[in-house]
Amino acid sequence: MTPMNWPVVYPELWLLVAGCAVLLVDLFTSDPERGPAYWCTQVAIAVFVAIQLGDYNAGSTAYGMSGMVVVDPMGRLLAAFAGLSVMLTLAYARPTLASRDMQKGEFYMLTLFVLLGISVMCSANNFLVVYLGLEVMSLSLYALTALRRDHALATEAAMKYFVLGALASGFLLYGLSMIYGATGTLEIPKVFDHIANFRINREVLVFGVVFVVAGLGFKLGAVPFHMWVPDVYQGAPTAATLLIGGAPKFAAFAITIRLLVEGMLGLAVDWQQMLVVMAVASLAVGNLAAIAQSNLKRMLAYSTIAQMGFILLGLSAGVVGGSTVTAGNAYSSAMFYLVAYVLTTLGTFGLIMFLSRQGFESEQIADLAGLSRRAPWVAGAMTVFMFSLAGLPPMVGFFAKLAVIQSLVTTGTTFNIVLAVVAVMFSLIGAYYYLRVVKVMWFDEPVQTAPIVRGAGVSALLALNGIAVFVFGPFSGGLMAMCRDAIVKALAN
Amino acid sequence: MGLLSLAIWLPIAFGTLLLAVGRDENAGVVRAIALVGAVASFLVTIPVITGFNGSTAAMQYAENLDWVPRFNIHYALGVDGLSMWFVPLTAFITVIVVIAAWQVIEQRVASYMGAFLILSGLMVGVFCAMDGLLFYVFFEATLIPMYIIIGVWGGPNRVYAAFKFFLYTLLGSLLMLVALVYLYFKSGGSFDILAWHKLPLPLHTQTLLFFAFFAAFSVKVPMWPVHTWLPDAHVEAPTGGSVVLAAIMLKLGAYGFLRFSLPIAPDASREYAWVIIALSLIAVLYIGLVALVQQDMKKLVAYSSIAHMGFVTLGFFMFNTLGVEGAIVQMISHGFVSGAMFLCIGVLYDRVHSREIASYGGVANTMPKFAAFAVLFSMANCGLPGTAGFVGEWMVILGAVKYNFWIAFLASTTLVFGAAYTLWMVKRVYFGDVANDHVRELQDIDGREFLMLGLLAAAVLAMGLYPKPFTDVMNVSVAELLKHVAVSKLN
Repeated sequence: MTPMNWPVVYPELWLLVAGCAVLLVDLFTSDPERGPAYWCTQVAIAVFVAIQLGDYNAGSTAYGMSGMVVVDPMGRLLAAFAGLSVMLTLAYARPTLASRDMQKGEFYMLTLFVLLGISVMCSANNFLVVYLGLEVMSLSLYALTALRRDHALATEAAMKYFVLGALASGFLLYGLSMIYGATGTLEIPKVFDHIANFRINREVLVFGVVFVVAGLGFKLGAVPFHMWVPDVYQGAPTAATLLIGGAPKFAAFAITIRLLVEGMLGLAVDWQQMLVVMAVASLAVGNLAAIAQSNLKRMLAYSTIAQMGFILLGLSAGVVGGSTVTAGNAYSSAMFYLVAYVLTTLGTFGLIMFLSRQGFESEQIADLAGLSRRAPWVAGAMTVFMFSLAGLPPMVGFFAKLAVIQSLVTTGTTFNIVLAVVAVMFSLIGAYYYLRVVKVMWFDEPVQTAPIVRGAGVSALLALNGIAVFVFGPFSGGLMAMCRDAIVKALAN
Repeated sequence: MGLLSLAIWLPIAFGTLLLAVGRDENAGVVRAIALVGAVASFLVTIPVITGFNGSTAAMQYAENLDWVPRFNIHYALGVDGLSMWFVPLTAFITVIVVIAAWQVIEQRVASYMGAFLILSGLMVGVFCAMDGLLFYVFFEATLIPMYIIIGVWGGPNRVYAAFKFFLYTLLGSLLMLVALVYLYFKSGGSFDILAWHKLPLPLHTQTLLFFAFFAAFSVKVPMWPVHTWLPDAHVEAPTGGSVVLAAIMLKLGAYGFLRFSLPIAPDASREYAWVIIALSLIAVLYIGLVALVQQDMKKLVAYSSIAHMGFVTLGFFMFNTLGVEGAIVQMISHGFVSGAMFLCIGVLYDRVHSREIASYGGVANTMPKFAAFAVLFSMANCGLPGTAGFVGEWMVILGAVKYNFWIAFLASTTLVFGAAYTLWMVKRVYFGDVANDHVRELQDIDGREFLMLGLLAAAVLAMGLYPKPFTDVMNVSVAELLKHVAVSKLN
């Protein structure tokens, strides 16, 4: 292991430089549309994605910075997906920023820093690096949420997000310090070795794990740590909501794998139980609460909570009776689910921004009434998103659910099969509120008659997003194989 | 591209084309494209009939491609004697539906036609799929166009009916999904239906699988007591929706019993046959009585569909050739007859805008040609010899006599109830004096309506007078199925 091995951190360095450069570029432009900053950001992220994907599979895992960071296919893949989703987010968000007092250079700079934090988390190999990445990402997101300063709801959302986010970080840090105290190391692979090979006081370890899981639960937005999700999703400007609800989920997943699987697989019996409880609670609370919502963003927030339940179910099926043969299957199903979920979520929030205009946010479900007549292609895309979230074939959401159910059922234990049945029953409840959105778009008469003013670019992007959700389902074999490959390699370390 | 692939994807391609380019401004072109698409889709299914080899139970026109290698899912198609007739039947009914909607649907024509064409392709896919997951994908995907059809072009209470239809069906299917994945696990990572047929399973596993499949298929058939979505859906759906629902969609469930429940869980099927038989008899007896008291013509036919489908499920679980063949014949004939019944109601509804029996009376005086068709179809509905309705019911009753006389006795009461509710409706709607001014002003059917009713009447009579071509192709497959079911799979 070379001590520094700089190429390992080139993507992160690139983002850091690009973030600063964007801020400088913006200083010297008078364009109210912030064109240069926007395009620089997009290009910077595109380069980042290209670096990550370019040699995502180029041989074995490499370590850098004296073992503080690691690059492996999983980290690269998750970071690349995060980069792509940020690019899409920016494309959807840009037309709406000006009228919401957010068209500033800082927006783009902070976005790049969010991605930097995500990238750091994806390649973390040390407890402190995990925390560092988490804070870089979270602080940028707090600032982004609060960027619309004179808007009461947004400010409230930023406050809530900050206070609860800080609390969650505290939980995580406390848990990590417990583990550190018990094992005497911060490096994730060494933690794994020490748990496996030394006689370590299990109470201290499990005590630490409880806090780590609580911290991760906050970041993923799983019940009972979900309180911030609906308020922040609803209150934040939609552009910020999408930045919170899209790419950071990849990071949360990455650190969940790094901490729980790569670091503490020896304690799987303990944390799996917690994940199962959180998963079922998330499915129940998310799906039931979403039924009662009339605000589309809030409904999608609860739907996110429910979808996280599915991901947690996938994560909880990895170790059965002390054997890890199903681990690759289980974790890759969760990862595939996550990719499918983010792809769909980008489209739904993109649509909300597409329909909003000056002084009108188009946040209520009722605002979609009769959309199939006003904009058939966009309504078609939204229909695809809703059926995908509901898990109807042939959309990608169905194959994601199939992957998770398959990972549960193929463990062969009665408990996991019952869990699978519980999960599909909750997704039946979920189907109701997704169908309601489809109903409003197709069965109701239009109430809003103002023409939709957005350009053809965003509309084409939405249609492409819809087609992607549609096509990635039946042709998801490649993506599934990539996820599985990445997870298997991450586990092999 | 294989023949079956063509039968699936041709209508879907036409439907997608319509959705993409169709607008209400060019409705004429849209209708023409839809008709061409429907007819072409029907024509490509003709070789399936003519080239079918009835002397083997093996899958014919088989196609098999890798689809999702990660889960070993295949794009596997094939038909045997059990499923062959449903491929042309589906395409045929779609042609009728397109003709029926020609003038009636004026709003969003392209979406309507597109939805039906896509639905047609998906339903053909259900009958052809030989991979468990491919079956599920088609089975579930049919919900989306039907949900839109009921919700957009339906009656006043359409939203409620569309949701009820969707959620009821989804409830059953989701349990089936878990069962399919469980079979995938048990068979060592395969979704091949034929491999599942050979898979030995202990009784308690078979029982769980049987009831998971039962949940999916009994809702779809529908069997008592999960039938309540059907009258709502039928009443609210536009005529075309009702026709497809009754003629094809209900058969998806019945077909599922044949393809999954019986061969995959034969021991559980024999063990719990009494459940199915009891529920089928309730459908025949109780639902028959319910049909008798309906005021709404569509509701009456909807309940009569449930009763007739009760015959189908009854026939399957008699475990003898007459029962199973009769049930399949009943499925085909019910496709023609129920479709025709709903079309007749549609013809009246388009003119008077009422489905109440009480709004009519003496229609035969003003619409003699139409009344002739309607009475023919009604006779078929109550199983008059010489019509399609008779053959299947007769065979199932004969099969039931072999199984148990009293079951046959109870089942045959349907001939009384069926005649009662159907003929009483015929009497009140078509015969007697002209009841009111609406009826007095009725115009008899035009060429378009004559064509669609005439096609169905020809099919109903042909099948009633000479059912041999229908039963010949299924003999070997049914014999093979029964042989398979008779052997225990316990290990």
